[in-house]
Amino acid sequence: MSEVKYSKEHEWIKVEGDVGTIGITQHATEMLGDIVFVELPDVGSSVEKDGNAGVVESTKAASDVYTPISGEVMENNQSIVDDPGKINSDPENEAWFFKLKIKDSSELDSLMNKEEYDKFAKESGN
Amino acid sequence: MEIKKTSLNKLHQDHKAKFVEFAGYEMPIQYNTGIIEEHKFTRSNSGIFDVSHMGQLFIYGDDNLTNDLEKIFPLDLKNLKLNSSKYSFLMNDKAGVYDDLIITKLEEGFLIILNAACKHNDFKILSSLLKDKYKMILDDQRSLIAIQGPKSVEILNKILKSVANLNFMSGNWFTYRDQKLYVTRSGYTGEDGFEISISNELAEGFTKELLDNGAKLIGLGARDTLRLEAGLCLYGHELSTETTPIEANLKWAISKERLSNGGFIGSDNVINQIKDGAKKIRVGIKPEGRLIAREKTKIYNSNEQKIGEVTSGTYGPSVNGPIAMGFVDQEFSKKETKILLEVRGKKYPANICGLPFYKKSYVKGAN
Repeated sequence: MSEVKYSKEHEWIKVEGDVGTIGITQHATEMLGDIVFVELPDVGSSVEKDGNAGVVESTKAASDVYTPISGEVMENNQSIVDDPGKINSDPENEAWFFKLKIKDSSELDSLMNKEEYDKFAKESGN
Repeated sequence: MEIKKTSLNKLHQDHKAKFVEFAGYEMPIQYNTGIIEEHKFTRSNSGIFDVSHMGQLFIYGDDNLTNDLEKIFPLDLKNLKLNSSKYSFLMNDKAGVYDDLIITKLEEGFLIILNAACKHNDFKILSSLLKDKYKMILDDQRSLIAIQGPKSVEILNKILKSVANLNFMSGNWFTYRDQKLYVTRSGYTGEDGFEISISNELAEGFTKELLDNGAKLIGLGARDTLRLEAGLCLYGHELSTETTPIEANLKWAISKERLSNGGFIGSDNVINQIKDGAKKIRVGIKPEGRLIAREKTKIYNSNEQKIGEVTSGTYGPSVNGPIAMGFVDQEFSKKETKILLEVRGKKYPANICGLPFYKKSYVKGAN
């Protein structure tokens, strides 16, 4: 069984066993506008919870991507590097950013569930 | 200071605009389809831009005014035909640019279109240079609407008969609902198009007619990607008081007739830079791959010595890749010179290239 959790930085993480798949939310893409460039963390690199894990750029500006959970990057999604427009069309599915081996699953407790995130996104408006 | 709104503000809201503050105005950056769609629609069809934040300065006067303006602008205004427009600059003594502008000869004087962020300062400078001898009106009772793209002529001609007869960089008065509009065939997208000066009270109704005829509202976001693809300068980026028109590679805008004798503000430095060459010069930059180099990105030569900075950079939807403009030392300004761009602490390869990135399709007019 998998579960999806959300961060205040508008990332989602789908957890399957000790593997997390991470991307940015639909709400994030709506704020960013058309995404035209993405930079992903290298496979084999370690990322720390709330630390930098890539960049997305829209026609307007560059924004950092943060990882909601610490771990080692196992795979990154080259298809969004080649076609960043996919992030706008299917951000919470096909356009995942990277997969990592979760270092400490207790970090998941600080994240929001879908209902909490939707409320957060609506209220924060950013 | 309270944020100002243009006459089309409600229409922007109705079309689901996302707003930004720009030069003290609440302006639409994009609508719900997004910058890329808006950009492509303008290139293939017809886009409407609310540019009412820009300054519309009317200066009234006769030949004395023409003489006095020639002491300011590097233009041959005596030979400027009625209703013809020229691109020019308001410069300081050292040829640094206070603003870039379009000046049009009218029967009663001149109309000068100014950048929103500069217009009040320009007004002060010009009033002082002209010693308050002439009536000058920075008209905030008029809106300015641009319609740009290949279908614009057909759409506008349905509303303003014979507008299709205008030549590029010329204008005329038209009548709309018993009021006079001033229309020029010009723009800022690299496409054929028009700019319409219209009273605030008629602006919304007029724009709705353009929409009913198939044009779409386009935000400032796409205006920026369109102008950058067309290789056009944006004040505050490519132009400032620290940059001369020669450095900005805009020598073409300075009348040949004025270069021999000078006598306009900044002429000494302009003439010297033409003779000796400017140290830095504006160039087009094409990053390799998909990397976007934004404003202030540092530029290096292949030996990793700093040679300049990016002034505008984005993704060009019609060229489907990253594009930028910037200033580099003259010796590195040749096309296809290999350079490096420092983005987020790493250096990436790029090439100096010609401008524009996207080939212009200006129309000379029906005659």
